[in-house]
Amino acid sequence: MTDVRAVAAPELSAAELASRFGMARAGARPALLPYARDLWGRRHFVLAFARAYNAVGYSSSFLGQFWQVLTPLLNAGVYFLVFGVILHTRRGVSNYIGFLVIGIFVFHYTQNSILTGSRAITANIGLTRALHFPRATLPVATTVIALQQLLVSLVVLLPIILITGERPSPRWLLVVPAVTLQTIFCLGCSFVLARIGARIPDTAQILPFLLRTWLYLSGIFYSIKNLTQSLHGEWLRRLLEINPGAVYVELVRDALLAKHSTYVFEWPVAVAWATVMFLGGFVFFWQAEEEYGRG
Amino acid sequence: MAEAPFPTPETSSAGSALLDLERVPTVIVEDIHLIYRIAGRRARSNAPAALFGMLKRGQPPGMREVHAVRGVSFTAYRGEAIGLIGPNGSGKSTLLRGIAGLMAPQSGVIYTSGQPSLLGVGAAMMNDMSGERNVVLGCLAMGMTPEQVKEVYDDIVDFAGIGEFISLPMNTYSSGMGARLRFAIAAAKTHEILLIDEALATGDAEFRRKSEKRIHDLRDQAGTVFLVSHGLGVIRETCNRAIWLEKGKIVADGEANAVVDAYQDRHDPDARVLEATAVPLVLDEASSI
Repeated sequence: MTDVRAVAAPELSAAELASRFGMARAGARPALLPYARDLWGRRHFVLAFARAYNAVGYSSSFLGQFWQVLTPLLNAGVYFLVFGVILHTRRGVSNYIGFLVIGIFVFHYTQNSILTGSRAITANIGLTRALHFPRATLPVATTVIALQQLLVSLVVLLPIILITGERPSPRWLLVVPAVTLQTIFCLGCSFVLARIGARIPDTAQILPFLLRTWLYLSGIFYSIKNLTQSLHGEWLRRLLEINPGAVYVELVRDALLAKHSTYVFEWPVAVAWATVMFLGGFVFFWQAEEEYGRG
Repeated sequence: MAEAPFPTPETSSAGSALLDLERVPTVIVEDIHLIYRIAGRRARSNAPAALFGMLKRGQPPGMREVHAVRGVSFTAYRGEAIGLIGPNGSGKSTLLRGIAGLMAPQSGVIYTSGQPSLLGVGAAMMNDMSGERNVVLGCLAMGMTPEQVKEVYDDIVDFAGIGEFISLPMNTYSSGMGARLRFAIAAAKTHEILLIDEALATGDAEFRRKSEKRIHDLRDQAGTVFLVSHGLGVIRETCNRAIWLEKGKIVADGEANAVVDAYQDRHDPDARVLEATAVPLVLDEASSI
């Protein structure tokens, strides 16, 4: 039996041979900028993935994609019944229905992108193991899917707030920058949770509890301003107000509800959260690029 | 046994070391160790027992390590088709995943030219989506543009040859059909390095012929093909070099027929006699086409 190892030019080390022929280490993590460029190159994949996912997600039900509209409507109905009719949380909020429905739809987007982001790698482990591509495409794809659902919800939202007495105004256009900032924030969250979820399988069990706690702290069913004025000091209100769960919701309410008043630093806080989460999350995810799909 | 008209490693490198440098290496594997972890697979009888086990051991629950590849080194060159043989659990598939860059080695280093593509039976794509969507998504994930996907789409569907099943979800496919579609998708792109893990085993004779021809084409296009198969006949037919692994270590590395002969002598001397009678049959199948 001839041993081919012995034949491979003994005077050259593997590293020298590799550099002579311009070879790269297998599975090496690319530098941050080439990685980002590679990710941009897969944008068609992200869009096709999101489209296919939406088509398949409801394919086993009779109503099909109509559920995309029905689910947010039913959600709003349930919360209105509990908090608006039974508990009478509406005190101090003009147009409580609009207030509540915007809160639920917008917060649900953050919640949804975090939840699906945490499963981005694990749910697509087959694809991860079969093909080589920048893994960050997966959390981006799950966020795009969540964004599509938000956009459907916003279409449902328009007639609701018109019925509740709001009048169209140029101010409504502020929804676009608000949702854009929120999407950047959600991408960052998705990156962070995707890495954690890939490493710790139990994330999927813990996350729903954390997200529900966050939901109750973010002023979705009640006005943070009214509640904290009566109960606690200024500092608690400030803390609840800079919480990103509340910030993006407040921005959209501000844009769509004529009588909604909010505090001044909302936009800078929204930009800060988006920037910090996105950049931090992207680097955090990229650092473990070689680990995904392993084992 | 008809040997392919490709120079075997021995004949082409028999000369000086200088000659060697004219051959272009595509994969260099140097003393690698691959260890994979299995998470959360240690099933306990009930929840309290699981908790108690965690407290007693003081280690993350259900983490086990398998040292699958232990110090393997070799260099692969352009135009080679290398068969990896060995008993189950000898580290063949793990080694391929290491070369594909899907698994980081514990120690040692693997260099490759270009991005190797791994094709395996286990690697399902998106099971609840139709074959059509899998073709498009697979191509896009490999980095093609939508225009390129349109160009190759019909070729892929033709090559897979699974008829109207292409519009059904992949979880309705037989294992053979799934393998055909995956191979067709991966083969749509010219790969410098193609790694095939038992993907041809489930296909029928006609598909096997088509895919073996495709492997020869890839070799002709100066690519390198790695093939894991338990079908030693396939290794003899398609490969010009074979590496025999046993418990994560290389036992032999050289001309395919010689290595396969030695492997059979060790593991199953009876089978060799059987296969000797089967060889003309295989050749018939190949030449009747």
